[in-house]
Amino acid sequence: MKVRVSVQLKPGILDPQGKAVEQGLHGFGFDVEHVRIGRLIDMDVPGTDPAEVKAKALAMCEKLLVNPVMEKASIEVL
Amino acid sequence: MRVAVPVFPGSNCDHDALHACGTVMGWDTIPVWHQETRLPENTELVFVPGGFSYGDYLRCGAIAALAPIMADVKRHADNGGLVLGVCNGFQILCEAQLLPGALLRNESLRFIHANVHLRVERADLPFTRAMKAGEVFQVPIAHAEGNFTLDPADLADLEARGGVAFRYCSPAGEIGEDHVPNGAMNGIAGIVNVQGNVLGMMPHPERAVDPRLGPTGGLGMFRSLAEAFSRA
Repeated sequence: MKVRVSVQLKPGILDPQGKAVEQGLHGFGFDVEHVRIGRLIDMDVPGTDPAEVKAKALAMCEKLLVNPVMEKASIEVL
Repeated sequence: MRVAVPVFPGSNCDHDALHACGTVMGWDTIPVWHQETRLPENTELVFVPGGFSYGDYLRCGAIAALAPIMADVKRHADNGGLVLGVCNGFQILCEAQLLPGALLRNESLRFIHANVHLRVERADLPFTRAMKAGEVFQVPIAHAEGNFTLDPADLADLEARGGVAFRYCSPAGEIGEDHVPNGAMNGIAGIVNVQGNVLGMMPHPERAVDPRLGPTGGLGMFRSLAEAFSRA
């Protein structure tokens, strides 16, 4: 099954990249705030049970994909 | 005194570590490829070097933390063995959960290379015992991700237990935001674990030990280690 893990910096963690992009957008006249940059990880996970596949993705997040000091993730089974 | 220097694909300060420990200090210093599963017998210090292990993919140090050799580095640390992680080595030790916290992108978003001043916060460690608390020493930094971060509760714990080994400071030893090059919380340049045997720092003491190459502000740490080992 196709799984999408999206990893975001936790609220409160400074995101200099997001800030720089926000300033860039301001430069083009866009009125935006709180721009945060994250990461999307798409993968194929063997299995047919969405709950089981999601549990596997969660284990992957805990082991490697997410650093809990600064990041949080949401998992979507597509 | 035997030192092991784990070498990952993308390590680029391994030779600085080998030079400092081997040539300058005269210690028996052995590079260890990341695919090895055992450190050399009787290793006393593991020096995790700087660089861009695995191209900094995913997060700095995240993939290196899973390399086969790291299991034995953890065992070494658990048994009280000394581990020093510098720059990417610090990031690896955080990712391996041997040290708390994470190193984020510098506040300026820029790679910074400069000589900085550090204040010794802990002079009772094997890494600092030849130095004095409050002493200021100069060492180079060279990193893009050195912005030390920890959630507020854990940061308070770290400070309360004296986990901060070094802080960025002015040449006179003053602490303050103006002297923090990368945005690190509380100006933290280096931290130590609870047991005091695992130390990680962004600055490079191993690049400041040979008078032929410039200032020698890093020697205090190596003299400390030499002292710690002669008494062991």
